[in-house]
Amino acid sequence: MDKVGTEDLVVILGTPTAESSELYATTMVDGDPSWAGALAGTALGLPVFHVTEDAVKQQADASVYDEQVGVAEMVLELDEIRGAVKKVREGNGA
Amino acid sequence: MDARSVVIKGAKNFLAHTPGLVRHGSRPSRDIAGDSGVVEVIGERLRTFEEAGAYAPNRAYLGGLTPDELSRLDRPWYALGGDFERSQRYGRIMPEDEFYGVMKMMDDFDLLWLDQGFSRRVAESLAEKGGWTAEQLGKLESGVSAEQVAGQLGEGAGNLPMYLRGGELIGVMNAAHRQDASLFADVLLENLACKAAAVMAVKVLLEDLDLDPLSFPYILNSGEEAVGDRYQRGGGNLAKAIGKECGLVNSTGSDVKAFCTGPNHAVLLGAALISSGIFERLIVVGGCSLAKLGMKYQGHVRKGMPILEDVLAGSAILMERNCGVGPVLRLDSVGKHDVGAGGAQPAILAELVSKPLERLGLAYSDVDKYATEMHNPEVTEPAGSGNVPELNYKLIAALAVRGGQLERHEMPEFVSRHGMPGFSPTQGHIASAIPFMPHAVEGLSTGSLNRVMFLAKGSLFLGRMTQMSDGLSFIIEPND
Repeated sequence: MDKVGTEDLVVILGTPTAESSELYATTMVDGDPSWAGALAGTALGLPVFHVTEDAVKQQADASVYDEQVGVAEMVLELDEIRGAVKKVREGNGA
Repeated sequence: MDARSVVIKGAKNFLAHTPGLVRHGSRPSRDIAGDSGVVEVIGERLRTFEEAGAYAPNRAYLGGLTPDELSRLDRPWYALGGDFERSQRYGRIMPEDEFYGVMKMMDDFDLLWLDQGFSRRVAESLAEKGGWTAEQLGKLESGVSAEQVAGQLGEGAGNLPMYLRGGELIGVMNAAHRQDASLFADVLLENLACKAAAVMAVKVLLEDLDLDPLSFPYILNSGEEAVGDRYQRGGGNLAKAIGKECGLVNSTGSDVKAFCTGPNHAVLLGAALISSGIFERLIVVGGCSLAKLGMKYQGHVRKGMPILEDVLAGSAILMERNCGVGPVLRLDSVGKHDVGAGGAQPAILAELVSKPLERLGLAYSDVDKYATEMHNPEVTEPAGSGNVPELNYKLIAALAVRGGQLERHEMPEFVSRHGMPGFSPTQGHIASAIPFMPHAVEGLSTGSLNRVMFLAKGSLFLGRMTQMSDGLSFIIEPND
């Protein structure tokens, strides 16, 4: 962050559960909620998405997406994960 | 008989219930340094020995339950209670006072000082149970006074107080050097606990299987603890130290380091040493990871649960040249995560599962059980880490669907049939596949299982020397 700033920067998560998605999304928006890492108390306010959200998926080459994410997408609780990230993102007004 | 064939002759697990040491786990100790009130928060949620012994995942780890029986129990498992024996089918559990005593007996440099009354009481208890030499028990005879303990704990001394669950101060772990961070008290406490847990796992293996300690030429330690001083941090060979305490006087050994994949790499190297004819038999052992005590305590406290990461674990595996007894490790079944392979979870599993199965002409469903990262979900879920083994099983099922061997709607059935609930303490390398080894040895010997794959993964990136992960797998089958 210190090097590149937060302008034109989007965070894309590949987290496997709703809980971890919310945790990492919150870290990118409000700072580390567990107060454990370097981002404790640092509110970056970055727009954050999960890699399986349509807004991200539609921008990827379909065959590359399928190769890299397809298998994981079959096993994840997508609605919960997308909902968790969206809640944090929209709570931030992004 | 094929002289090159290698068997897993037996395997045993060990648990020490150490609630008093939870405060010295990495996460709790850092939080306590920032807020001393955390000690009280943790203290209110520490389990008794009876509660930890009755805990169903611990009983599954020690063979009192099968994983399938565990899967039929309602959660939360910690609320179930129940009876238990200290000595179970696949291992033993020990209370914290005795484990402090074992650590003291393993302490060759007189760094752990125990209160004399406590020390004598523990000595009696350990002597009564047997299996220790007079020299080992002798280290517990003297002990120190309460004043001597207090004298070592002044501000800036760099020593660590040793407590029991109820808060009773029973000793002090002393640093071995003022400036060498590799010999500070916290590092030495981790190493000494790892040595003690590994020694206990090997002793259980030797005693329960009635093995002659003199018959072993080699021991491979797969624990993650970095033993050494500042000039050779992580220099290792805890294996030889473990062998000495277990009376393996005709043995030497070495450590195999590969994060959580360590035990699988050690089993593979052990198989190579036996298959080549260099050694006839050897032991692969892994001790505990004290740093991981209370690692996810915040999640447990937040959910009103007991702190479940209150046990230190060990595991020992007996490998031999095939003389007709014990399941066979298929030397042609090794799956490995190569440097050039991708790092995403599905890519790793494709290397560890899909490739070897394809090479052997086997279907995903030809493996009865997959032993993977066996982390207890009741520990990991409250901290947002999800159900680790279940995710692995779903990914394997998804690979089977991709391979045209399974319909998508059959995935849940595949997961329940070929998977199992996580029952291992979150003790790093210990949780990686090997907790199932005693279950597999018995199942493959009695005919209830026909083929088991052990797959382990390691987070190499945590050491900051590479961004890579690691993984290794192998299959064991019944002896013909």
